[in-house]
Amino acid sequence: MAADPALVAELRAACGDEHVLTHHHDLRTYESDGLLQYAALPSVVVLPGTAEEVQRVVAACHRAGVPSVARGSGSGLSGGAMPVEGGVVIALSRMRRILEVDLPNQRVVVEPGVTNIAVSDAVGPGHFYPPDPSSQIVCSIGGNVAENSGGAHCFKYGFTTNYVTGLEVVLADGEVVELGGKALDMPGYDLVGPFVGSEGTLGVCTKITLRVVPAPFAVRTLVAFFDSTSEAGEVVSEVVSEGIVPAAIEMMDNLSIRAAEGATDAGYPQDAGAALVVELDGSEHECEARFDKIVDLCRDGGAWEVRVAQDETERALIWKTRKAAFAAMGRIAPNYYVQDSVIPRTRMAGVLRRIEELAGEYDLQVANVFHAGDGNLHPLVCYDGAVEGEPERAEELAGQIVKACVDEGGSITGEHGVGVDKKRYMPSMFDEADLATFQRLRCAFDPDGLANPGKLMPTPRLCGEVPGPYRQHPLEAAGLAERM
Amino acid sequence: MTPDSAADAAAALKDASRSGASVRLSGGRTKWSWGAAVGEPDVEISTTGLDSIVEHNEGDLTAIVDAGVKLAALAERTGTADQMFALDPPLGADAGATIGGAVATADSGPLRHRYGSVRDLVVGMTVALSDGTVSKSGGKVIKNVAGYDLAKLFTGAYGTLGAILQVAVRLHPLAPETATAVGRGDEPHALAAAAADLSHAQLELQSLDVRWEGGHGTVLARSGGATAADPSAEVAALLAERGLEAAVIEDDAGLWDAQRAAQRSDAATVVRVSGLQDQTATLLGFAERHDARVVTRAALGLSWITLDAPELVGELRAELAPSPCVVLDAPSHARADIDPWGPLEPGSTALMERVRERFDPTRTCAPGILAGSR
Repeated sequence: MAADPALVAELRAACGDEHVLTHHHDLRTYESDGLLQYAALPSVVVLPGTAEEVQRVVAACHRAGVPSVARGSGSGLSGGAMPVEGGVVIALSRMRRILEVDLPNQRVVVEPGVTNIAVSDAVGPGHFYPPDPSSQIVCSIGGNVAENSGGAHCFKYGFTTNYVTGLEVVLADGEVVELGGKALDMPGYDLVGPFVGSEGTLGVCTKITLRVVPAPFAVRTLVAFFDSTSEAGEVVSEVVSEGIVPAAIEMMDNLSIRAAEGATDAGYPQDAGAALVVELDGSEHECEARFDKIVDLCRDGGAWEVRVAQDETERALIWKTRKAAFAAMGRIAPNYYVQDSVIPRTRMAGVLRRIEELAGEYDLQVANVFHAGDGNLHPLVCYDGAVEGEPERAEELAGQIVKACVDEGGSITGEHGVGVDKKRYMPSMFDEADLATFQRLRCAFDPDGLANPGKLMPTPRLCGEVPGPYRQHPLEAAGLAERM
Repeated sequence: MTPDSAADAAAALKDASRSGASVRLSGGRTKWSWGAAVGEPDVEISTTGLDSIVEHNEGDLTAIVDAGVKLAALAERTGTADQMFALDPPLGADAGATIGGAVATADSGPLRHRYGSVRDLVVGMTVALSDGTVSKSGGKVIKNVAGYDLAKLFTGAYGTLGAILQVAVRLHPLAPETATAVGRGDEPHALAAAAADLSHAQLELQSLDVRWEGGHGTVLARSGGATAADPSAEVAALLAERGLEAAVIEDDAGLWDAQRAAQRSDAATVVRVSGLQDQTATLLGFAERHDARVVTRAALGLSWITLDAPELVGELRAELAPSPCVVLDAPSHARADIDPWGPLEPGSTALMERVRERFDPTRTCAPGILAGSR
């Protein structure tokens, strides 16, 4: 779709010619995020350099009635930053200034394009920013805010939402609002809370205030190898019921071990049925007291080898294999489809068995990599896109896996977001009344539906007018009809 | 009225909305006077009939509880599994505080230092809106990003968006041992500096408070974990290095009960300050000059200051501006003359009003009680 010339002129006036892209080959770069299965071509990509430029861009889009999608580093895994066909992409990658490091108050103020790792770098070594998605060296804080990103260490430390205290937001009509701030418990509604994880549907944030915390004094890491994921899963339950809260507990099954080991050469045994990575951090006292207990629990639980990292290099090697798991899947199959479902941790063994059964039924391989502490599974459904019918079969299998997780009281997504990818599963978790209530929030922020439309909600909805004071209809009075 | 099911509560709200009546939800009524002085509502819906602990999933460290469950009852139940719901605000008269009330007011206690506040502990919520809609957001797993996080929107909304009926919460293991290092001193700057040192140190404390009362101050740092005595001794040494009179108190429950209790007052005015860590000395200095009592969560920048004279609220706001100073408790004779919320940022106030408009267009739910909401 060709760009609206008047809008393009406005965007150029706001951001400069060189920061407004309209050529087909430039636009192609932005057609997908990290989930390549979904693509759409925008009519314009604009790269504002300041909050004021973002405001002018959004206001221009609103005047033109054109939808826009904000984009950080484009590493998201749910299609959340996929453009609206013919719409505008607001790429925030030029806005990567750290505006303030306020260590006395343990706050950092950043622009949305700043990478996740840059925040920890700015406050280290005494402090760090805990949410650590695997993509942390490239992914942006703005994207983290949109998706409420987690990471391997969120079982202990929490998610993005637990660390954002303030936001400057450009609403879809171009109005700029300050939500929250550096302080906690600001009077009035907590609008920062629902904005985080809203997947770009409530506006574009241009300034983010983050809480940072003291870096742990001690870190101890081990990897233990088991015959099966159910044995390893049992150990996870025992660790947690001992009252231990590890910084991370990560599990990989045999297929993902083989893929990752092929890529990293870290020495994970290829015949292990499961690898369990456990990391403790905190004070020296606490680590000492708890770590030996975990080693014992692993051995008693059937681990035939427990490797304890002796130094930072060995620790990095343990993590390298875990973090390489997704990228290494190419060694198993040409394509894969990653899911992000969550289950109550105690249901793990049953759900893994069900996944295995389903994989058999669909005649496809499924590798499992997951954040075992919080029950966040990442089943990777492997397939060959060149084989007729296989992509469809893989997608159907992935859907069955999501259903199995929701049936156990879980969630369709733990950290990747709904985006376009999982919106069809939303009705499995939320009924019509729940979805309509979500829409009320959306309409308060963006009544015209211009901010990242088509994401998060399963079906498009309009906002309509705010209902006036209730008046009883004559039919209701007569008992002949009832409002739903 | 006291409905005994979510459906009945929603129906009561809907009826009130249709007849143009105002509604307030109540639990233990321990914080009934908080917020703007709005007088008695046309209809009071009590949650005391919604008092089931619906699920306690020990292995998953989660629970699902009705809004009317008392925090004390939940603590007793989770305690049987050596677990806790890590929200420990003052429980009020007869330990009557319910989880619904604590969530609606976003109240908190000393455990917040390590475990966060209501917004960090609630993972799912069921609410009733004034048109009778019953809807849920979130889930019962600790990690979940599906849909908008409406639980945070309702947290601290003082019931103005609808009625909180049920919440799913994250639990934590109870610490096997606790001990508290205390450092006493009479000089606000020295106390504030010592507290700041601890909040920036790699200590993983369970709680970190400063108390000021009767011209004397104390830094209180609680360790909780597999071992508590050794870490507390180290903290005490740090406090001594800072020139404070330091000691370790192993039987420390009473100290923290007193901290919680000092967040409330029957007769005086209690102001919650949403400040920053580097304002601690200023706040303690204010307390010294006006003979006020202070409880500060030092690493969080949150304080509760108890003033004998309600007229001092204005002076406090001026001295700590722009940090919000919210009046919680106040003597009934002074209540009507106090603006409990103080000035607000106009842009976000307009947006809050639009949110209110969408959730409760009939203005049925606690009208006027909250800042930025008619």
